[in-house]
Amino acid sequence: MSTTTDLKAEQRAAKPVLQLGDRIFSGSAKGAGILILVVLAGVAIFLFSEAFPALVAPASEIRGGNGLVAYIWPLVFGTLLSAMIALAVATPLAVAVALFITHYAPRRVAQGLGYLVDLLAAVPSIVYGLWGFAVLAPASVGFSTWLNDYLGWIPLFAGPVSVTGRTILVASLVLAVMILPIVTAVAREVFLQTPKLHEEAALALGATRWEMIRMSVLPFGRSGIISGAMLGLGRALGETMAVATVLSVSGVVTFNLISSSNPSTIAADIALQFPESTGLAVNTLVTSGLVLFAITLGVNMLARYIINRRREFSGAN
Amino acid sequence: MSIDTQRERSPERELDTSLDAMPVIRGQLPRWSPWVGLVAVVLIVGGVLSATGLSIGLFAVVSAVVYAVGMYTASRVVEGPRKATDRLVTIIVTAAFLVALIPLVSVVYTVVSEGLSRFDAEFFNSSMLGIVGEGGGAYHAVMGTLIITGLAAAMSIPVGLLTAIYLVEYGKGRLARAITFFVDVMTGIPSIVAGLFAFALFALFFGPGVRMGFAGAVALSVLMVPVVVRSTEEMLKIVPNELREASFALGVPKWRTILKVVLPTSVAGIATGVTLAIARVMGETAPLLVTVGLATGMNLNPFDGRMATLPVFAYYSYVSPGVPREPSLERAWTAALVLIMIVMALNLLARLISRVFAPKTR
Repeated sequence: MSTTTDLKAEQRAAKPVLQLGDRIFSGSAKGAGILILVVLAGVAIFLFSEAFPALVAPASEIRGGNGLVAYIWPLVFGTLLSAMIALAVATPLAVAVALFITHYAPRRVAQGLGYLVDLLAAVPSIVYGLWGFAVLAPASVGFSTWLNDYLGWIPLFAGPVSVTGRTILVASLVLAVMILPIVTAVAREVFLQTPKLHEEAALALGATRWEMIRMSVLPFGRSGIISGAMLGLGRALGETMAVATVLSVSGVVTFNLISSSNPSTIAADIALQFPESTGLAVNTLVTSGLVLFAITLGVNMLARYIINRRREFSGAN
Repeated sequence: MSIDTQRERSPERELDTSLDAMPVIRGQLPRWSPWVGLVAVVLIVGGVLSATGLSIGLFAVVSAVVYAVGMYTASRVVEGPRKATDRLVTIIVTAAFLVALIPLVSVVYTVVSEGLSRFDAEFFNSSMLGIVGEGGGAYHAVMGTLIITGLAAAMSIPVGLLTAIYLVEYGKGRLARAITFFVDVMTGIPSIVAGLFAFALFALFFGPGVRMGFAGAVALSVLMVPVVVRSTEEMLKIVPNELREASFALGVPKWRTILKVVLPTSVAGIATGVTLAIARVMGETAPLLVTVGLATGMNLNPFDGRMATLPVFAYYSYVSPGVPREPSLERAWTAALVLIMIVMALNLLARLISRVFAPKTR
């Protein structure tokens, strides 16, 4: 509806002679939009120009001495592993929290509780890094030892257990805390959009609250949950400081979550190496940054695609 | 559930039980049962664990599990499986919410308790120039954060606002769609990549190894612009079209309509979005680490050399404290406390703005 009236307004406004102010104003608005496109093109061009020397350099000159792929692959592995664990922990928790806020908490305090969860997103990532290093890592040692004692036959918990607790498991848990508010916020939005009539119909048929949620709220919100999780994944992939502070890295490729030798992530590796790097090392780091950009870009575009597809058929918004 | 109802409706069942023998409703646990059950479980588990040596984490986990199992069993016996599942899910969902609050409480508690010891006048009055060990402060870092964030805001707010206005009021066709798409793309840029971009841009002009505050501001505005555009766009979209049409009908040109009608109507929401965007970039560490680095002394000129910023200051004070360690770690926690206070204050301010200046809806 709004678009049609908008169009009419446009046509009417377009007929008379355009004022000078109008031309300046619309021109600068358009210019700002184009500036954004230029900046984004600049991001791509400048990153490529800085990455280029590393792309053409002989393999022996790249750090590690085995070429670009050998350098970046363990980092990609670590990035994906930590982000996936974070996602596996955060998504069920976020759905439960969103359900609590929308359907279980007393109506009067629900908004305040939602704000409390949003505050989690406001804490700067460096603070999470310090917290993970100083609080969560030491606290996790007992839990990791328990995992190793009783579930040690699973390769994930093979050990030997790290004594500092600065493991990929802890880094992933910190990431999970950081993406929890994002996933929760998206899930909460779609749960609130569930048609009231569906919920009331289920309740009127004698469904319990959980049956009502399972039959009307969750099916309606499924794509919202998926896209929220993808947005969280994009954030977890690119998160830098928390991982750089918490993780004690050794650049290996391993699924062992609780030992003291952990794979690094792309973002953390850049943050750790960049200040001391010069020359070709900088170009190598920029190349790994490009890889990270490509990965997060793919994940985010998939998430947007799912959100937009849902918007079309559900008629929400 | 579907199986259950079918069985109850099936003809055989109606044949072999007379209507009088069927209870009209199932038994129900009394209303107070969840609370009394919870208190009982907490007391029992607490008693057992305190006899064997209490650990708060273990206590909470065991209590929750015992309570969930106990309520489920009791409800299943008295009320039947459907109600029992419902109660179990309620317990799980509530527990999940409490679990989600643990990190928030723990972070705030840790930062406040560790950071208060150096939250003194010296911290806000001195820089780290020539400081080894005790003393020193983050005055230079606070100023650096304010300058760089201010520059970033000064660059991204006009661009973001104008872009949002273009998208909502003028944009149609391919250009608008391209901008919308690429703003989405920008939202997903990892902060470290934004830092690398700014570094690459400035390295091209000033040679490799360039570090300056302005580069950091550019990196931050790459992160900030899409947030401003998104939130402003949402706010402009909900301005009723009737207001615009009324203004056009009075012969007001479009640009004055936007400036005098559309923007004032949505100013509260826009201010909220902008404040939240500032709060978000203020805590960014990674791009500043790459583009600005860290300085020990005061540097108020963002176009000349390294500057200190609060997040980077906290990071380096913590991971490379030097000898002795303690004073540096304390400074790191205090810097984190100051940072968290600024960000939380901005968040509260944003809520306040949106509440106080919200447009009156009838």
